[in-house]
Amino acid sequence: MKRIPYYPGCSLQTKAKHFETTAMAVAEALDYEMITLPRWNCCGAVHSLTSDDLMHHIAPVTTLLRSKEFSEANQLDDSRLVVLCAMCLNVLKRTNKRVIELIDDRTKMNDFLYLESSKYDGSTQVIHFLELLKEIGWDVLSRKVTHPLSNLSVSPYYGCLLLRPKEVGIDDPEAPVIQENLLHSLQAKVVENPLKNRCCGSYHTLADKQVVVDLSYDILTNAQKAGAEIITTSCPLCAFNLDQRQEDIIKKYSGFKKIPVVYFTELMMIAFGLPLKNAGLDQHYVDPRPLFIEKEMYHEE
Amino acid sequence: MRNELEVKLIPIYILSRKHLVPEGSTIITAMEYAGFKLKKGIGCREGFCGACASLYRLETDFKLHGGLGCQTVVQPNMQIVQIPYTPSPKAIYDLETINPEEEVFTATYPELYRCLSCNTCAKICPQEILVMDYVQAGIKGDLALMADLSFDCIMCGLCAARCPAEITQFNAALLARRLFGKYVNKKGRFLEDRIKQIQDGKFEEGYRELMNLPKEAITKRYFDRELNFKIT
Repeated sequence: MKRIPYYPGCSLQTKAKHFETTAMAVAEALDYEMITLPRWNCCGAVHSLTSDDLMHHIAPVTTLLRSKEFSEANQLDDSRLVVLCAMCLNVLKRTNKRVIELIDDRTKMNDFLYLESSKYDGSTQVIHFLELLKEIGWDVLSRKVTHPLSNLSVSPYYGCLLLRPKEVGIDDPEAPVIQENLLHSLQAKVVENPLKNRCCGSYHTLADKQVVVDLSYDILTNAQKAGAEIITTSCPLCAFNLDQRQEDIIKKYSGFKKIPVVYFTELMMIAFGLPLKNAGLDQHYVDPRPLFIEKEMYHEE
Repeated sequence: MRNELEVKLIPIYILSRKHLVPEGSTIITAMEYAGFKLKKGIGCREGFCGACASLYRLETDFKLHGGLGCQTVVQPNMQIVQIPYTPSPKAIYDLETINPEEEVFTATYPELYRCLSCNTCAKICPQEILVMDYVQAGIKGDLALMADLSFDCIMCGLCAARCPAEITQFNAALLARRLFGKYVNKKGRFLEDRIKQIQDGKFEEGYRELMNLPKEAITKRYFDRELNFKIT
C-alpha cells in the first residue's frame, strides 16, 4: 500500500464527506492510502488576485508547508499532496506557483510565518485525485471493474477550476478528456456535453441563486439532450449548484426533468463492486438510486 | 526597609512613561511598585483568571508580545500596556436546544468563517495555544478537536484583540467546550458506579477496620498507599 498525503479542505469533511469516503475507498482498492494531514487549515477557497495583499496567500502557504513537513517526517512513499476539491486544487496550485516565481513574496510570507518550524520553498507538488488515477493507469482501473457501467449514459462535468487557468489545470481547458477516460475504463457510455466546462455560477449561489438556476439549467439540459442519464463532477460547489438547485430550476422551468449528479468516485464504487453502505448515494437532492436500481446496478439492502 | 535589601532597579516603560522597578518583578508587581492602583486588569495573581492580559515589546526583537501581567517578569526597557478587556460579542444560546452540528457557529459566531489562517492569534496567546488550529477545527465541524486544543484558554481576549478577521476566538471555543461536554464526550459512569458500591456496602468492612487501627498504623498506611503522583 503506497502512502500519500491528502488535504481534505472544509467541504470534504462536512457537506461533501461522502466524496472523501468514496475516494479513500477507491484509492485503497488501487493500493493507495490517502493520509489526511494532521494539521490543516482552510485554503481560503478563492484565490486572491490582488498582487500586493499577501495575507490572503498565507493560508495555502501554511498548508503547503505543513504537507511538506508531514511527508518528510513520516517518510511517505509519495510526497505529493492529493486534493479532491477543485477549488482547493486551484488555490493551492496557484499560490505555490507564486511562491516559486516571486522570491520577494516567498521571503515576506516565510518571515510572517515565523511560528512554523521551517521555511517553505515551493516544493510541495499538488495533484488532483483524477491525476493520480490517470497515473495509476486506465488499464489498471479497468481490471478492477467487476460491475461494468455499460448500461449507463454518463456526462462528465468539469466546471472552471479543474481546468483554468491553463497553468494549473489538470487537462486541456477547452477539450478535457480525463473524466471521459476514467468513465471509459469503467465501461460507461460517455455522453458529450458541449457545456461541460461552462461555469455553474459558483458562489453566486449565495448572493443571487437565480444566476445559478439559469446556468445550471443550461448545463443540465444540454447533457440531457445529448442523452445523459447521470452527471459526474469533482467539485463540491459544482455538485451543490447542479444537484440542489434543481429544486429551484423546476420552479422556474416547467417541463424540466430532474437528473442525478454524483461524484465520479461514487460510480467507481459501483463499478469496483465496493460496499455502498457509506457511499453517500442517499446524500443527494436528486436521488440516483432509482436510476441504479432500474439499471440493475444497485439493490436496496 | 527597601534600602536595606539592595534591590537592583531597572527601567521599564508603562504607558510610555519611564519607571524604575525592582528587577525580577512581574508586570503587576512592577506597576504596583510604580504607584498604580490596580482595580481592573488584576485578578487571581496565579496565572489562571486571565484578567491581567498585557502587551509588551522588548529591545531584543521586533515582536509585539502578549503575556499575563502576573506571570511575566519585567525586562530592562520593556514597554508595557495592560489590555484588561477586549470588547467581544457573546452569543446567547440554550445548550439544551442548540444543535451540536458542524454549522453551529453560523448561528452563534459566524465571524469564525472569516479566518484567514494567518496565525496572528497563536503568536499573541500567553498560553501558547494553537488558536488558529482550533478555529479551523471549528470551521470543519470538529468540536472534539476544538475543545481539546482550546482547553488551556483563560479567555484573556488578546487573540480577539489582534485578529485581522475580527473573530472572537475565545467565546467560540467556550461554546465548543460546552457542546463537547454535553453532547460529544462520553458520560463517565464512575460516580454512579461508586455510589452504588457504597450503597451496597462494599467498603463497610474496610472502613470498620480502618476506624479501629491505632494512629501509627494509619499514618504508615497513608504514606505506603498507591500513588499516581509524587509527593515533593
